[in-house]
Amino acid sequence: MKKVYERNNIAFDMPSPYCPGCGHGVIHRLVIDAIKEAGQEDNTIFMAPVGCSILAYTYLDLDICQPAHGRTPAAATGIKRALPDSLVVLYQGDGDLAAIGTAEIIHAANRGENITAIFVNNAIYGMTGGQMAPTTLKGQKATTCPFGRSPEDGQGYPIRVCELLQSLGGVTYAARTSVHTAPNVLKTKKAIQTGIENQMEKKGFSIIEILSACPVNWGLSPQKSNEFIANEMIGYFPLGDFKKDGKIIQRSDH
Amino acid sequence: MVKKGKIEVRIEHCKGCGLCLTTCKLNAIALSTADVTNSSGYPYVIMINENCTGCTMCAIMCPDQAIDVYREQEHS
Repeated sequence: MKKVYERNNIAFDMPSPYCPGCGHGVIHRLVIDAIKEAGQEDNTIFMAPVGCSILAYTYLDLDICQPAHGRTPAAATGIKRALPDSLVVLYQGDGDLAAIGTAEIIHAANRGENITAIFVNNAIYGMTGGQMAPTTLKGQKATTCPFGRSPEDGQGYPIRVCELLQSLGGVTYAARTSVHTAPNVLKTKKAIQTGIENQMEKKGFSIIEILSACPVNWGLSPQKSNEFIANEMIGYFPLGDFKKDGKIIQRSDH
Repeated sequence: MVKKGKIEVRIEHCKGCGLCLTTCKLNAIALSTADVTNSSGYPYVIMINENCTGCTMCAIMCPDQAIDVYREQEHS
C-alpha cells in the first residue's frame, strides 16, 4: 500500500502541546502544509502571539518571533520591511488580535503591509482560563461573565473582525472559515494558500479568520464543541470570502 | 472495486479526542477502552473494521497529526 497522507515534518516529532480536540493543532498543520507546498519552509518567519499558540515555538521547526502581547502586526511590519523577500505569517488569537492588539492589526491592514494574518477565533481567552473575549457570543458563559455575555449590561457585542477590516483600503483578501468538519478544514487550507500566494505576489494584506474550538474552556467535549461552532458561532460569524483581490464581496447575510 | 486502505496511528501522539471518529462514515475506527492507554493516560485510535478505503478524512480532522493513511494502488 502507498502512503497517501503523512505527517508534515515541519512539526517536531512530539505530541502537539495543545489540549485534546483543540483547533490550534489542525490550523498549525494547515499553515505548515501551505508553507511547505509553497516551498518556503526555509524562508518563513512565523509570528507567534501571546496566548495558547505561543507554544508553536516548541512545536514548529520554523524561524519564530514572539513579540509583546498584541504587537505581532507591528513587529511583522518591521520584519517584512527589513526582509521583503521572506514570507511573514502572523498567527494570532482573538485575545491578541481583537482585544489588546486592535490598534496594531487595523493600522497594519490599513497600510496594506504585505503580510498574511491567520486569526484564530475561539470566542474565549484560552490560556488564562476561559475569560470573556471580544468575540465571545451573546449569552455565552465565561468565567468573567458567568451568567452569559450580555451587551445590555455593558459587556459589549462580539466583534466581527473580517467585516471590520474589509473596508480598509490596504486589505487584499479577507475570509472567514472554520475547522469544525473535514470539508471546512479543506476550505480553510485553500484560504490559507490564497493568503500566502497573495503575499508572494506582493498583493498586500491578507487575513484569514478561522473559527476554532476550545473544548476545555467551553466545558464541552470535542464533538460537542464542533457542534457549537456549527449551531451557534456560524450564525453570528458567517463563513466565506469578504474581500478578494481588493474588491469587497457583497453578501446578503448581514 | 472499492480500494482498500489502512491507517497507522502514532499512539504516543494521540490524545483520544475522537474527532476522527465523527468523520469516518464507515465506522472503521474506534477509541481503545479506558484501560488501554498510551503513556500519557489517553485512550487512542484503533482500527476495528477492515472496510477502510483510505479516504484520509480522519487524518485531515486530527489535531495532533497522529494518523498516517495508506491506500492500495491500482495495478496496471
